[in-house]
Amino acid sequence: MAKKLIAFKLNNQPVEVLIEARELLVHVLREQLAQTGTHIGCETSHCGACTVDFNGESVKSCTVLAIQANGGEVLTVEGLAQNGTLHPLQEAFMQDHGLQCGFCTPGMLMRSFRFLQENPDPTEEEIRSGMAGNLCRCTGYQNIVKAVKSAAAKMQPA
Amino acid sequence: MATTAEELDRQALLEGIGCSRKRKEDPRFIQGKGNYVDDVKLPGMVYADMVRSPYAHARIKSINKEKALALPGVLAVLTAEDLKPLKLHWMPTLAGDVQAVLADEKVHFQYQEVAVVVATDRYIAADATELVEVEYEALPALVDPHKALDADAPILREDVKEKDNVGQGPRKHPNHIFSWEVGDRDTTQSALDTAEVVVKQDMLYPRVHPSPLETCGCVASFDKVKGQLTVYITSQAPHIVRTVVSILSGVAESKIRIISPDIGGGFGNKVGVYPGYVTAIVASIVLGTPVKWIEDRIENISTTAWARDYHMTGELAADISGRIKGLRVNVLADHGAFNSHAQPTKWPAGLFSICTGSYDIPTAHVKVDGVYTNKSPGGVAYRCSFRVTEAVYLIERMMDILAQKLNIDKAEIRRRNFIKADAFPYKTALGWEVDSGNYQAALAKVLDAVHYDDLRKEQAEKRSRGELMGIGLVTFTEIVGAGPSKACDVLGVGMFESAEIRVHPTGSVIARMGTISTGQAHQTTYAQIIATELGLPSEDIQIEEGDTDTAPYGLGTYGSRSTPVGGAATAVAARKIRAKAQKIAAHLLEVSEADLDWDVDRFKVKGVPGQEKTMKEIAWAAYNNVPDGMEMGLEAVDYYDPPNFTYPFGAYLCVVDIDKLTGETKVRRFYALDDCGTRINPMIIEGQIHGGLTEGFAVAMGQEMPYDAEGNLLGNTFMDYFIPTFVETPHWETDYTVTPSPHHPLGAKGVAESPHVGSIPCFTSAIVDAFAHLGVTHMDMPHSAYRVWQKIHELGLDKQA
Amino acid sequence: MIPGEFEYHAPATVDDAIQLLAQHPDDGKIIAGGHSLLPMMKLRFAEPAHLINIFEIPELKGITEEGSMLRIGAMTTESELIRSALINQKCPLIVEAAKMIADPQVRNRGTIGGDIAHGDPGNDHPAVMLALDADIVVKGPQGERTIAAKDFFLGTYVTALEPNEIITAIRVPASTPGTGYGFNKLKRKTGDFATAGATVVLHLKGNTCDEIRIALTNVGPTAFRAEAPEALLQGREIDDALIEQAAIKVMESCAPAEDLRGDAEYKCHMAAEMARRSIRDALARAKGN
Repeated sequence: MAKKLIAFKLNNQPVEVLIEARELLVHVLREQLAQTGTHIGCETSHCGACTVDFNGESVKSCTVLAIQANGGEVLTVEGLAQNGTLHPLQEAFMQDHGLQCGFCTPGMLMRSFRFLQENPDPTEEEIRSGMAGNLCRCTGYQNIVKAVKSAAAKMQPA
Repeated sequence: MATTAEELDRQALLEGIGCSRKRKEDPRFIQGKGNYVDDVKLPGMVYADMVRSPYAHARIKSINKEKALALPGVLAVLTAEDLKPLKLHWMPTLAGDVQAVLADEKVHFQYQEVAVVVATDRYIAADATELVEVEYEALPALVDPHKALDADAPILREDVKEKDNVGQGPRKHPNHIFSWEVGDRDTTQSALDTAEVVVKQDMLYPRVHPSPLETCGCVASFDKVKGQLTVYITSQAPHIVRTVVSILSGVAESKIRIISPDIGGGFGNKVGVYPGYVTAIVASIVLGTPVKWIEDRIENISTTAWARDYHMTGELAADISGRIKGLRVNVLADHGAFNSHAQPTKWPAGLFSICTGSYDIPTAHVKVDGVYTNKSPGGVAYRCSFRVTEAVYLIERMMDILAQKLNIDKAEIRRRNFIKADAFPYKTALGWEVDSGNYQAALAKVLDAVHYDDLRKEQAEKRSRGELMGIGLVTFTEIVGAGPSKACDVLGVGMFESAEIRVHPTGSVIARMGTISTGQAHQTTYAQIIATELGLPSEDIQIEEGDTDTAPYGLGTYGSRSTPVGGAATAVAARKIRAKAQKIAAHLLEVSEADLDWDVDRFKVKGVPGQEKTMKEIAWAAYNNVPDGMEMGLEAVDYYDPPNFTYPFGAYLCVVDIDKLTGETKVRRFYALDDCGTRINPMIIEGQIHGGLTEGFAVAMGQEMPYDAEGNLLGNTFMDYFIPTFVETPHWETDYTVTPSPHHPLGAKGVAESPHVGSIPCFTSAIVDAFAHLGVTHMDMPHSAYRVWQKIHELGLDKQA
Repeated sequence: MIPGEFEYHAPATVDDAIQLLAQHPDDGKIIAGGHSLLPMMKLRFAEPAHLINIFEIPELKGITEEGSMLRIGAMTTESELIRSALINQKCPLIVEAAKMIADPQVRNRGTIGGDIAHGDPGNDHPAVMLALDADIVVKGPQGERTIAAKDFFLGTYVTALEPNEIITAIRVPASTPGTGYGFNKLKRKTGDFATAGATVVLHLKGNTCDEIRIALTNVGPTAFRAEAPEALLQGREIDDALIEQAAIKVMESCAPAEDLRGDAEYKCHMAAEMARRSIRDALARAKGN
């Protein structure tokens, strides 16, 4: 089947890529654009390891067609640090031991990145429901909640 | 030991044992720079995908590859027929059985591998699997293990039906795998016959799956010119994989390089050698190009290592004061289609005989029978040291049941039966020598912390109002760190562990181990051990694992063995270096070795202030100024064969409230006290405990692999298979005591599996406790709302006023 | 899990989409947020040759007030429903239901129109539509027509939507004084479909319930109105005893399929319990309004 050229912004850089219509966004990010931070865990939109920011919203990139990204803006974990400075969430995950095997981490970071913009000063309960689309098998979530909370505190306007 | 402020400052700089230093692994993971198997991309790489059986039990009448081969981009379709000339259509298992790599004439479980398709692209490979035409003749499926040994049961394994032994002793039926017994049958019978009280309970520990977030996969790359095979693989045991691949393929072990890069969680799911790995390797050898195989989640749950499926009957004999006189356990173990349990080869029921627990039980007898069924092979896995989870569940349930029978509080019955703190090392009735413990102290601390008596009062009030509140209690003992090579081997290789440490002239260090981290942060904790042992900052110590070309041979990471065995090897290797360093220091300071004291990061001449050499200075000297007759350099290797297992323990308490109209359980409180001996990195230990408790919660409250009567596996995606989210997962409270292992060089024990092993019976204990006043003594897992409601409904508790 | 090949279409307007659907009557499929369809395609349970994406069509977006009704564009996502001030103010039932659907990421893609069109008995909006007595606005080659929610859901994956039609909007009545709603959904975990769900909308005149609709989720081949308990409560002052009688009638009206969430007996009891809770919630809200 004929391939199509699509163009979108990936981590603030314009990219063009030739794809089949059926290709999933996560595969195109990982295999054609070499952004392997975004992971595949369940393929049925339950685990959230493939979470990226798409046009200002969190989406599970295993259940979005790459062709739907045409003309859009995608942010992945590789684009989270700015000018060599880690995002406060990245710092907090490290400080609060919010990761173990690291496989869910990019999805957790990308979801919490958007979540804290939706809710800059969340309670623990709000963090738990706001992050409920991301599964972790290692941490038991407790330290991720802690990390999101401490990042939120750091990100508060002084 | 450092005591002065100056010494403590120097010690703090090392960030060694006992320090909650941040993890060295994190910077790459938080920036998306981990390197997992599916991230590996080699030039010319092609993709494999599996054709799998829709039937649990069927004869393969024909396989037609033509349509698949005609699809542009398809490079090969391999079946058992193609592997036969290479003698690779079957492979040996770690348990002495054989497993079909690709189904040979018959399929024995749903989703079994029937053919592998290789194509230029993973999309084309997936398309081609749809085009391989397989004609099956369905056969009756054997799903219920209790029917496996019936005279009229369908015979599953025609390949071994004439054999009277499939690797683990004599067997009595074509569907029988082994009988394994331990303990004293007669004295146990007599204890049961003469006891004042006997309790007996059947219980099922259901089949569950570890489901790490990353599925299994590999990239196999055979270089035809050099005759070298490189495999990137999701393996918790890369060196064993290399040995197995060498035996299977005939390629010399020295020409095989197995690399376990970053692993996205293992939990026992990534110990075995799977058909996907073998076929990817064969395809790479045949095609001469790298081949990637990555399973999807359905394949992961349906075909790779699961756990449990133990149908147990426990019997406790006791006197009326609750003192136990004997324990008998009978187990029917459903091993699935092939006996491919990944565990020490001589132990068909793993370490199940730790089932006497934390208790002083004078006599015991255990018998386990393994049978084949039309279910996926694997077994043993899931954050557990080879069947310890089942053993702890059994004894902890039996303790509760005995307490109920005698109307003794469940804390008190445990106190009355604990192995006393001064009785260690303690030889159990089933042959283990428990190295150390202090169970009374652990239990007392927990009961105190949660105000146990107040909880019981609250529960009494709630019961009077018809509300369901349960208190669960568990005081478990684990056995981890396999293991002494006299008792434990894998395919004949003793279960030692290895460490190789090299100190560079400037005092930085590289060290390599035979284990492999799947999230436990070995790069951090091993560095901490070396930091303390050598007095060099952990920041400057680089740990490498998982590459068989560079790492020393090791048996891998599972069964909580990294710290008990790998950590011991690391400490001993470091001590060898320190011993050499002491000789160099003596030479430099022109004193005898005996005149030197070790002080955090340096050797000091006794009684002469200022006369000292730091480890950094010694490292430099090791490369230019050593005593006569000494080799230059500063490195050491240790292959550590532990004298015994380690026996971590803990006391857990859980409080639940149950909605009697829906059956939903709210875990209001969970208090986990763990004793893993010396604590290397408390932050990491706590993280491991949170994770283990959460996986225990998942198992107890919702996980199961249900098969229908035809052997179809129901619920093999994350839609149905219960992985708790942020919302369902309780808040965990953790605590600890420290009872060092007397035989481990650091006094450390394993820890990451304890919370899984210990929490599961604690949830059951709490759920059952909510109904205990109504005469309920046991409920099988999972304690889903549905199943709990069935009990509520049976008891009529949901009747509306 | 890889979807089969298809040709992708992204029409700019509803009319273009309808035309594409007409061109591919047998092998064309509309995709909205895709979180039901794409997994089915990955499992190769669905293999459309033409995929027509209507998710971005502007005329299918937006929430407006039309007299006493709210008009919700079919491609309004669950997240947009949750964020909408208008919906929060005029039809909070929809917000409550949307919050219980799937998880945050999925709610960013899942649409109210997709949820309704799919005809899945486990989806949540159908019962909400039934309880609200909503209208489903659909458009096909013959133009636009309106189907009452009560006439829309015909069976599992079967709706009154013709194969050449697209849902363009939903029209729901804005809440009026004396009206109360209840939405209760029992699920195994976040993101799951209901084991059983009950949505209730009622109106009180004084203490008398003069209007009530009880709609149930995932306890029959499709979402449906439980008419017997409605008839029981209609025109009565609802008290605990009456709620209990209604709950029994709810149970009798269910015909759930057994699955991993439970057997029929459990699901019937859970539907009854969800109904009890929703009736109580609706009463409390109606009194508060």
